[in-house]
Amino acid sequence: MTAEPRRPTRQLIQPDLPAFDSAALDPARRAALAELLLTLADDEFVIGFRDSEWTGIAPMLEEDVAFSSLAQDEIGHARLWYEMRSALTGEDPDGLAFGRQPDQYRHARLLDHPRNGWAFTMVRRWLYDTADAVRLAALAGSSFVPLAEVVAKVRREERYHLMHLDAWLARLAEHSGTPRGKVQAALKALAPDALSVFTPLDAEQALIEAGVLEAPMTELAARWLREVNARLAALDLRQLPHTDPPVDGRSREPVHESFAWLWEEFTSVARLEEGAQW
Amino acid sequence: MVAAGMGTRPLEAAVWAALHDVHDPEIPTISVVDLGVVRTVEAGEGSIRVELLPTFIGCPAIDVMRHSVEDRLRDFASSVSVEISFAEPWTTERITADGRAALRAAGFAPPQQSVTNPDRQLSVLPSLPVGECPYCGSRNTTLENAFGPTLCRAIYHCADCRQPFEQFKEV
Repeated sequence: MTAEPRRPTRQLIQPDLPAFDSAALDPARRAALAELLLTLADDEFVIGFRDSEWTGIAPMLEEDVAFSSLAQDEIGHARLWYEMRSALTGEDPDGLAFGRQPDQYRHARLLDHPRNGWAFTMVRRWLYDTADAVRLAALAGSSFVPLAEVVAKVRREERYHLMHLDAWLARLAEHSGTPRGKVQAALKALAPDALSVFTPLDAEQALIEAGVLEAPMTELAARWLREVNARLAALDLRQLPHTDPPVDGRSREPVHESFAWLWEEFTSVARLEEGAQW
Repeated sequence: MVAAGMGTRPLEAAVWAALHDVHDPEIPTISVVDLGVVRTVEAGEGSIRVELLPTFIGCPAIDVMRHSVEDRLRDFASSVSVEISFAEPWTTERITADGRAALRAAGFAPPQQSVTNPDRQLSVLPSLPVGECPYCGSRNTTLENAFGPTLCRAIYHCADCRQPFEQFKEV
């Protein structure tokens, strides 16, 4: 690749989010939205970096490409959610993404697990993406229009992730012996944290009353469990237990060793030179 | 809103025509107008405002297109603003007939129509659209990878003419 100098007079990356009037929202509603948006952003950001760990080392070239694309999609979604939150709070979106301490991230605990092997990665990603699909469906009719618009776009992209991951889950599950055994082991290991995507939000009731979120997280979790357990049963895989989502499923106390490592990785450039642009 | 290429006022019509010169940096065979990325053009006294719809949210080409549109329109008005919009999702149905022909001529299969309902994607996972070989027209093809060299492209293989080809993903 030839290194062509960038034109120095303009910033290459501009915010993508269209401007909206955040002052029209009352402070309580703005705070509730900000909390929701941070969970959406951090989930997509962390899963995106998890995906990127496979760039260059996936078991086959096609998956190297696929996981790099998944990463690119998810980081793109995270960028919009950080920008939307910033439009509400006045924070710097880059500061949100790269400038926080590890214990300030609000992603679901499901994403704290290291990537482990290929089967583990597939199971975790399938659990996350199916949960994310249920959550996005509950935000699709949001009264907060900028959110509803981006959700509509995100869902069209996530469809390809779901198809890809579900095909992989089936492919591994239908191979008796090692692949199937690894899927079962991953389901067992991840079951305690599987519902953490639906960790209730502090301001959840306000979001429901405002017409932003369709139903409480516990109800979304129950919907999701019905869906995934039906699919797991069809593949003759172990089911997830019917429980409520954990209340501390986005808590970083203590910070998981694997997330501490990931944070070191994804903030390494930003920490090298504060305020650097690239 | 003015539909693609249908500017009713002379300046808007001229802007739409000029935008045919701006191409997708990742698929240079197609213009931003034929790709359906230009949503609106508003041309007033000394100022032009253009709205672009991103194909995929994480696609870095949108920043390049934004700058290329600004550059192309600089001579038309003293103030040119190019904004990203999500007011409607960009879908592959926005690609024009000319755009589809240009894709095919460059060896890209144009996207196929979707029959899936995104609301039912979880319980009934949809199958991917069939790929139509841009070289021989065969539909006897298999999906090799839903993810290709860019976010908007999938890779297929044609069993009849035995060529791999890329298809613009249907979204």
